[in-house]
Amino acid sequence: MGNRASNGLTTVERKSSKELVVTRLFSAPVRVVFDAWTKPELFKLWWAPRSHDIPILSCEMDVRTGGGYRIAFGRDAASAMTFFGRYLEVVPSSRLVWTNDESEEGAVTTVTFVALEGNTRLVLQEVYPSKEALDESFVGMEGGMPEQFEQLDELLASLTTNT
Amino acid sequence: MVQYSTIRLDASFAALSDATRRGVLEQLGRKEASVTELAQKFGMTLTGMKKHIGVLEDAGLVTTEKVGRVRTCRLGALGLDDEAAWIEARRQIWNSRFDALNTVVEALMKTEDVNGKQSK
Repeated sequence: MGNRASNGLTTVERKSSKELVVTRLFSAPVRVVFDAWTKPELFKLWWAPRSHDIPILSCEMDVRTGGGYRIAFGRDAASAMTFFGRYLEVVPSSRLVWTNDESEEGAVTTVTFVALEGNTRLVLQEVYPSKEALDESFVGMEGGMPEQFEQLDELLASLTTNT
Repeated sequence: MVQYSTIRLDASFAALSDATRRGVLEQLGRKEASVTELAQKFGMTLTGMKKHIGVLEDAGLVTTEKVGRVRTCRLGALGLDDEAAWIEARRQIWNSRFDALNTVVEALMKTEDVNGKQSK
């Protein structure tokens, strides 16, 4: 049992103390969605959405079993943070498994591409080495919470203070 | 571990999307109030305020109790707690990322259509 949030598009569920699962349906065949995850020039276009406000500086991906990847984020080279790891498994149009080696507490990420009548159900699973690692994780490098959540947080904090 | 239903979380966010309802919550955080008092405070009709209270009540953010002719409103026991906040923060990030991925995928599909037509 875990908890779960969904807006009908993206569903996030904590399947266990160490495991987070994100699912989303895309109206395109698996071949196209897989390309967007494995070609650096495409991956760069979406992995760090503009709303996250931290652009990708460079992206190298050797997408084959045993190959490595290295992605640098930041507003400039001086403040860049680098994320890197290895692909444990690469099955074209079907499955990607990689490690997140920038931290000792990094997850193993598995992305599964399921063909559904010309569409793709994408299932992303992160398995962390411990409950604490997942508790404290944040996807990628985003600091802080989305704006809407900050506002909600402030409101709830003010209610607590006043009672 | 407490389980949070999707429906309740959606209801909470919908309830908090309205400025009047946020104001009502702040007000009730200070002190309980009747529907009539809240309507006066926010310059609304009784019917309008009753609707807002209904939304907050459905989301579990407010409870009401009717004594005689007066309905008193208080903050509900079910606020969004840390665990629900944790999962919702992650959902928002993945959702914006996957929205961006969707845009890329749609553009790729359009390019394929154009190329397919040209090669015929």
